[in-house]
Amino acid sequence: MADAGAGRSRWAAPALGAGSVIAIFAALEILLKTGIVNRFIVPYPSAVLLSLERIIVEENVLGRVGETAFEMFFSCIAVILIGVPIGTALYRYRALRRAVEDWVAALAAAPLVLAFPLFLVLFGRSSLTIIVMSVITGLAPIIIKTTEGLAGVRPVLINVGKSLKMGDSQMFWKILIPAALPVIFSGIRLSWTFVLISVVGIEFLINLGGLGQLINDLAERYDLPGTYAAILFVVGVSVCFFMILERVETWLRPNP
Amino acid sequence: MAATEPVRPKAARSQGWTAGGPVSGRDTNLIRIGIVLGAAILWEGVSRSGWLFQDVVPSLLAIGAAIGKMLVNPAFYANLQVTAGEVFASLAIGGALGIFTGIALGSNRFLGAAFEPYVYYLAPTPRIIFFPVMIMWFGVGAASKIALGALSCFFTVALSTAGGMRGIDTVLIRVGKSFRATPWQMGMKIYLPAMRVPVLNGIRLGFGTAMVTALLAETKLSNQGLGYMIMQIYSRFDMPSLYALLIIVFIIAGAGNLILGRVTGTNA
Repeated sequence: MADAGAGRSRWAAPALGAGSVIAIFAALEILLKTGIVNRFIVPYPSAVLLSLERIIVEENVLGRVGETAFEMFFSCIAVILIGVPIGTALYRYRALRRAVEDWVAALAAAPLVLAFPLFLVLFGRSSLTIIVMSVITGLAPIIIKTTEGLAGVRPVLINVGKSLKMGDSQMFWKILIPAALPVIFSGIRLSWTFVLISVVGIEFLINLGGLGQLINDLAERYDLPGTYAAILFVVGVSVCFFMILERVETWLRPNP
Repeated sequence: MAATEPVRPKAARSQGWTAGGPVSGRDTNLIRIGIVLGAAILWEGVSRSGWLFQDVVPSLLAIGAAIGKMLVNPAFYANLQVTAGEVFASLAIGGALGIFTGIALGSNRFLGAAFEPYVYYLAPTPRIIFFPVMIMWFGVGAASKIALGALSCFFTVALSTAGGMRGIDTVLIRVGKSFRATPWQMGMKIYLPAMRVPVLNGIRLGFGTAMVTALLAETKLSNQGLGYMIMQIYSRFDMPSLYALLIIVFIIAGAGNLILGRVTGTNA
């Protein structure tokens, strides 16, 4: 009986969540039909769902996903290639770390994305602007977490390395990196999240590239169901991306 | 012969990762000065070299002069006032809704399990893409920027508050109950003081996201505010002023974050 109760409560909460979402959409549909909500401002939820197919077929969504993925790929690789070495250098050279760690923290909180007009001048209205901008936006968390991860490696592991007379490079690749990987990956997750927000956001702002531009295009055409469907689609893609990153992070985390 | 050469002990080679005594404040300051000077010299060198298009990397003197000019420009203060108003309205609306939602989700395990995943996974999505919807709902004026800013900071504050609510030491709650505290007393004497740090930290983070979002929305479509001013300067290709305004905005953002951090007692 207890098991049955536990099983019921396990499903009851997600069911309530999903049910509420459906109920909100249903209520909105009724409010629109009765004219209480203006259908020139909010489209019918059913029309939005039907538009999903239309935008996928007619607006070359797969190609646009590819374009965004291309920019994401290069930005994500670049943040690791730049951020992890900087984070490692800050761990290794403590004076440097003391000198600049406040600056890196300030960088993490600074509204860097606002500098996109500057990068438009420097690199033109191109994917390069989006990639450079996104790399800069995503750099701080990975630097901070790499330093934090390496500094948090248990001394006993480092002593094991020393007792085996490991060299610098062996110590780094065989002891420090594996031990710090879970924390570094949480930095990667944060950085890649920043990168995704930046890529899609700048695509939207400068009306160039993949999914961000799709929303802008549809909004400028005043294609209401299409705009809402495109936003829904981008939110869906983002949520899938975060879920995958989170799974990988959980998988990397050492089990107690 | 090689065998007679002094061999550096292997263990010493790996000392680089762990060795190092305390770092003096003087060293830290010297490194900072060195980095700033190096960057300034590099910048000025690139600016004067002619490698890049003229004006793309303006001289530091030109940027300095532009900062001075910006600070005595009445239009800057008028736009700053508009943006500041939008950000604080966003923070008030989004923050209040966030705290309310966070308390509801954090205090009730069932509600939390039902709705928190939606808040959690929607939180890191790019908010700026909701701007077309906000324009349709609230028009092209300040209201759409406030709504978008409020939407941005809502998620941050709600998640932080819910986490804070769940993190309250159960001993404190039991103490309150054993004293037969009324719900009002429980709220004011137990919950509120115990949740202070996460809630205030959420508000500090929410301030950052609200500001970025409001400014970005202004760059997209507006006729006032600092984001609008940035786009105006960009369209004139007035690079020293663009650098100047961006530097000033970064300083304002940093100062805002620092002040909120100090006031709330949370770290940046």
